[in-house]
Formats: sequence, C-alpha cells, structure tokens
Amino acid sequence: MSDILLSLKGLTKAYPGVVANRDVTFDIKKGEVHALLGENGAGKSTLVKSIYGLVRPDSGTMTLLDAPYHPGEPRAARAAGVAMVFQHFSLFDALNVAENIALGMENPPPMRDLAARITKVSDDYGLPLDPSRIVGDLSAGERQRVEIIRCLLQDPKLLIMDEPTSVLTPQEVDILFLTLRKLRDEGTAILYISHKLEEIRSLCEHATILRMGRVVGTCDPRETSARTMAEMMVGSVLHVPSRPAAPVGEVVLELAGLSAPPPRQFGTALKDISLSVRNGEVLGIGGVAGNGQDELLLALSGEMRTASGMVKLRGTPIGHLMPNARRTLGLLTAPEERMGHAAAPDMSLTENAILTGAIREDLTHRGFLRWARARSFAEAVIKTFDVRTPGPGAAARSLSGGNLQKFVIGREIMQRPDVLVVNQPTWGVDASAAAAIRQALLDLAAKGAAVIVVSQDLDELMEISDRFAALNGGRLSAPRRAQGLTVDEIGLMLGGAHDMEVAHVAA
Amino acid sequence: MIRLEKRPQPSQVWIVATPLLAVIATMIAGGLLFAALGKDPVAAIRTIFWDPLFSENAWFYRPQLLIKAAPLILIAIGLSLGFRAGIWNIGAEGQYIMGAICGAGMGLAFYPMESVLIFPLMILAGLLGGLLWAMIPALLRVRFGTNEILVSLMLVYVAEQILASMALGLLKNPEGMGFPGSRNLSQYPSAANLELIKGTGMHWGVVAAFIAVIFAYVVMSRHILGFNIRLAGQSPRAAAFSGVSPGRLVIICLGVSGALAGLAGMFEVAGPSGRISIDFNVGYGFTAIIVAFLGRLHPVGILLAGLLMALTYVGGGMAQGSLGLPAAAIQLFQGMLLFFLLAVDVLTNYRIRPARRRVA
Repeated sequence: MSDILLSLKGLTKAYPGVVANRDVTFDIKKGEVHALLGENGAGKSTLVKSIYGLVRPDSGTMTLLDAPYHPGEPRAARAAGVAMVFQHFSLFDALNVAENIALGMENPPPMRDLAARITKVSDDYGLPLDPSRIVGDLSAGERQRVEIIRCLLQDPKLLIMDEPTSVLTPQEVDILFLTLRKLRDEGTAILYISHKLEEIRSLCEHATILRMGRVVGTCDPRETSARTMAEMMVGSVLHVPSRPAAPVGEVVLELAGLSAPPPRQFGTALKDISLSVRNGEVLGIGGVAGNGQDELLLALSGEMRTASGMVKLRGTPIGHLMPNARRTLGLLTAPEERMGHAAAPDMSLTENAILTGAIREDLTHRGFLRWARARSFAEAVIKTFDVRTPGPGAAARSLSGGNLQKFVIGREIMQRPDVLVVNQPTWGVDASAAAAIRQALLDLAAKGAAVIVVSQDLDELMEISDRFAALNGGRLSAPRRAQGLTVDEIGLMLGGAHDMEVAHVAA
Repeated sequence: MIRLEKRPQPSQVWIVATPLLAVIATMIAGGLLFAALGKDPVAAIRTIFWDPLFSENAWFYRPQLLIKAAPLILIAIGLSLGFRAGIWNIGAEGQYIMGAICGAGMGLAFYPMESVLIFPLMILAGLLGGLLWAMIPALLRVRFGTNEILVSLMLVYVAEQILASMALGLLKNPEGMGFPGSRNLSQYPSAANLELIKGTGMHWGVVAAFIAVIFAYVVMSRHILGFNIRLAGQSPRAAAFSGVSPGRLVIICLGVSGALAGLAGMFEVAGPSGRISIDFNVGYGFTAIIVAFLGRLHPVGILLAGLLMALTYVGGGMAQGSLGLPAAAIQLFQGMLLFFLLAVDVLTNYRIRPARRRVA
C-alpha cells in the first residue's frame, strides 16, 4: 500500500467563458497538511468542489486509496471518507449544536448518544463545545467548531478546509491549528485553502499552487519564503502597470479618521481610515476578504452614515448624507454584490438604470419617471459596455454575472462621476470583459475623475492603480506609489505576517 | 417525480392566469365542500357566482355588489402599496374601525346642525383616524424595530374595544331608549353618504375607491415612489443602495393604507351601515388582504378581485338564505381562494419539469 491518499490526474473543468481547472494533477499523502494556494479565481474552489462531489469534472481521474473515486454528490464523498468545512457555515441559528449536527447526518443516532459523542470528540480534539447550546448564541469560532465536529464524527480520511481562519481571532486560529496538528498526527490528511501565507508556513508540509486553473508549482512551505510563494501565486513578477506617473490634480475625496461600528453581525469595524484621492488618480485598495471592504463601500455610498466630517468631497463634509445627495455631488459607487445590492434581480435593466441613475441622468420629472429617457440610458450603457442581453427590458437576473457586472459598472461610469468607488469590479468576469472594465476605469481617470478600486486581485490593482493601500482588520495602511512596489512590501501592507505572530510561535 | 425550475423572468402569462386558475380550483374544492355538507354543489356555486348578477331578483342584489366591493377595494389598494414594499399592515380592520369612529364622531358632534361642510369634515376625520391608528405600528417599527404585523394586528382588538365603548358610551344615541349604538347617520342629511345614482349602490365610497385605483396605478407605474416601493420589496439592499430610506417608506405605506382603511370605515358608517354599533365591523379589513393578493397587488387586479370577493359575499348571503349553507362555509370558501392563489402562484416564477433520472 502506498502512502498516497488521494491522487488527482488531469482534472479539467470548464464553465462557459472560463476554464476553472486545466489538467490539474497532484497527490495528497496520508497524514499530511496540504496547502492549496492561489488567488481568487485561480480555480481552488472548483477543485475542492470536484473532490467533494459538488462539481463533476469534465475530464481527468481521481484515485482514493488506490480505488477510482468519482463522487456524484457530497453524500458519496462523505461515505468515502472526505469531509469539508466550508467558508460560509450552513447552520440553523434557532437549533442547538446537537440538532444541527444531526441534521447533516444520514442516520442520526438518538439525541442523547449523539450529545455524548459530540462531547467526547470535542474533548479529544480540544474543541470545547456544549451540545445543548443554541447556535444563534455562538461566536463565529464556535460555529466553525460545530462544522468541524460535524466532519470529525464521520471519522474522515481527508478533511478539506476552505479559508477556515478568515472569521477567527488569532487565539482561535492557534486552537484550530492545535486541533489540525492532532488530526494530522492521527493520520488524517488535511487539504487547507488559505490566502494567508504565514499561516500556511506554520501549518502545512506541502503546497500546491494554482494560477489561472493550472498547477504552476509545488513547494514545502516550511522552507519557502512567503515572498516566493506569493510570486508563484501571482506569476514570476507582479505585472507592473505602464501608466504614467500619478498626475497632480486637486484632492477631490478625503477621508479623515473615518471610524464606524460594524453595520451587521460579523461585520468589520472601520478604524480611523484616512486617505485622499486626487483628480485623475486611481487608488487601489487591497486586502483579504472581510477586512472592511464592504463596510468602506457602505460608508462611501451613503448606505452607512458617519460623522459628517469623516468623509469630505471637495472639502464639503458629506459623511451624514444619503446616497442620492452624494450622487448629486458627484460621488458614485458600485458595490461588490451584483445581484440584490448593485442591481435588483427581478427588475428590468431599464429599471436598474433608474436605480442609481435617476438623479444624474435626470430620469424623473417632479417625481414622475421618464421611462423613455431611462430606456435610452439603459440602451446606451448596454451598447457602450457591450452587455450581452436581448434588450433593456430583460430582467437583471437573466444576465450572466459578467454581463451584469459590465452593466453595473457601466451604469456608474456613464454618469460621469467626479469620484467613482468600485468594489471587486471584475470578480467573476471573464478575462476580456475584465480588461474592458479596467480600461474603462482608466479612461474615466484619464478624463479627470478620481477612482478608488477595492479588490482582492493584486494583479488587477497593480495594473491600474497609481497608488496602493491595504485594508487589514478595518484599518487602512498608508497609500504608496504602486509603481515599483514589490511583492514583499505588498505582503507586509496586507498584514499577512503581523496578525499571525501567535501562530508563528506555536510553530 | 417532478421538479421546479426557476424561470429567468416571471411569466407574464401566468401572472394573469394564476388568479383565474385559483378561482376555478376554489369552485371545484368549494363544490366538493358543499357536496360534503349535503348540498347540491352546482346549485350552490351558481347561487354564489351567477344569481347575484343574472337571476330575476338580481336587481335587488346588484347594488350590494358595489356597496360591498367599495370598502374592500379601498382598503386593498392601500394595503397593496405596503405589501409590495414588504411592509405588512395586517391591522386594516382596526384602522377601518377608527376611521368610522372618527368620521361618525365628527358628524354627530354637529348634530342636528345642517351644513354642506359637515360631510367633507367627516371624510377628513375618517381619513385622519385611520392614518393615526396606522402610525402607531409605523412609528414603533421605525423607532424601536417592532414587528408591524403583530402590532397592527393587536391594535385591531384594541380598536374593537374602543368601538364597543363608543357604541355603549360616548356616541350612544341619547334618544335610543338605552339600546347600544349611535344615531343613524344615514338619516342625518348633512352627514349621510347616500346612493348617488338610484339603484346602483353607487355612493361616495365607491367614487373614492375608483379614484384610489387610478391614483395607485399612476403612482406604481409612473412615479419614483412606486418604483422605490417595488424596489424595497424585491431587494431591500438594492433599495438602500439606491437611496431609499426604509423608515420613510414604512411611514408612507402604513400611513396611506391606514388613511384609505379609515376612509372606507367612514363611508360605511355614514352610508350602508348608518351607525356605530358594537358589531359594526364585519371583517372587510381582513378580507381586503385576500383581495390585494388575488388582484396580484396590481390596482386593476384589485378592482376586479374586489368585485369578485363582493360577489362571494352577496352570493354567499343568498346561499345562506336559500340553501341553508352555514356562514362559516362561505368564509371557508373565501379563505380557499387565497389558499389556492398562493399555491398556484409558484407557476409565475417556476416552471414544472419532470425530474431527470440521476445518472448512477
């Protein structure tokens, strides 16, 4: 018997317009913690979904313990000994821990036996958890424990963890790592997905790096620097933009000590964010998801109000203004979530044009809608940004993600903003559409607007930004010239190392 | 077996067809119900749906149609605005009662003075009575985040107690020989809401209902307020991004529905009912919820649904009289209509497909 647990050979999976995995081949050994590295959109989640039976690969084979392995659904994967902890928990707030775990089991034992097993497993692995507690009262870390224990009860051979530390405090990360090391010592293999390179260096023995759906390298993270791994993730060198040096325009938008409590549970508080953006400039803001990006957008769009002086447009305090008042003054935004936030899924594109365009495009007259004007505005956006749709009467939900994104970004750009703030402008968009969107943002800046691009895609930010800053735990680093910025420096700005110090010591 | 597949766009055909399908399904299930009660199902259905319009005694019943439909349509139009925005005013019955009390109180305060100004003042009082009663759940929700469904519903029972107290106390007819209930407003010319065209049942409340239908149609299809209402109902986050203030929308929607329900109560007490009595309210405020959904929350649909529901009231009354059907059977029949409508509604957004065999 070999020591190889799961072997992937030539896995390929294509979606319309994008190849998510191309000829992916690697092995996971028994009892190893194997890291899967890659940027957003590199194909990590498609790959683990294939392993977990949620996605059926177009071609390629998987071998689990020398036997062919082709799970048609997660149930088959679980039966074969593969368990997964998702980034987003699937728990019912109103039920207690044991009930939630029973819901995910095929043949749940009587509740009393289950509670005893939960208590035993949670003691064995140092994950204290009371089976009778209501999930709604648990912290994010404790919820994750519920998910982990749910997996451990199946006695898995392979445990897949998707970004498990993104919702955890450093102390919780330490405890999680102790548990994972104990599991590894008992022979369970762990496939560990994360952006946080220092974490991977302290935990994993082997790493496979994906880029654009392909395996572009493997390494031993313990002996490889974070910088080397980052360069493997993003390509040998970060693509440096060939843009002219930052122009010196007037300061248009200024944030002065912007602080705000999290607008919802598990949100991030914004802490003392200060920046200024000038006419004709593109400011890129990077960071790992959940470090305050959404909250910053809410504070800029006007969905979240702050003290008036915290946000200033051309010197005028606007922190207290509603979205439409800010639009009137020339500050436009495009949030990350297209369906249901930037656009109303069941409404037509014409109606979605009114959604943000009513003021600047003069689509109302004394409160009455000017449908003809709205339709021609929607048509103009569709034409200029090459949105593939039957016409402005189509419901937003009938468009593909990339096309809707083009419409949403185009809708704001066509309104000639003085300041445009976009979050993840090319997320889920195919390469050519992404390039078109980036070009449109650059063109907008060239015409004298100030543009803020919030993104997790470092390539994108380096390509279009004049200056770069990073959000980390709701704080913004001091912006620096993007040109000439090295991977190491970017890594430091993203704060990958400093909040992982505890884990370092443990390793 | 079968599976549901979400349509890329809501089906325009089914939006119109589902209410008709629901009416047919209700007739079938209602027929079975009546048969189980030992009545001839065909005769019962005919008595309810056909006789009020076309039998030889129909001249007597036809005016009743408009009289019953007017409050239903007036209330349902108001409710539909909120329902579109995801603001659930379930307490229209209470607002209807408060409108009636305020309208009647205003009229009776001037008794026996005669003036053309009295009736308009009563309209204003009725409107304000319903509006203010609806402001209680509205402000509680905006200020403290309470659930407007529960608060508005509970206030119905408060309003019923106030109604009883008024009928027995403050508004009791001093010449009523001790019986509960107010003076009859329909016999007080300055305050009476009389038939405008003889034999049609047309009174000021019917006029108000038609105006409300047109007003709602224009607001929903042409005005930014209607757009914001639809947006807030479909995608609350997109509405916030668009700049809609949720609190303002709650106050507007509950205010309008309360005002219209209050108006309906006032027209009822000054006309068809005539006086404030303990059993003044007959459930129009609740039936209007069915009317609003049966009419797809669309003003024209509500107009038609209100007339249909009025038909079941009138026809149901006839069936009680001539066939001896219990009153509860008629209420059950109306409830079935909403039940079937909500059930077939799934066809608007989903299509039914035979499930594919899973590849082993």
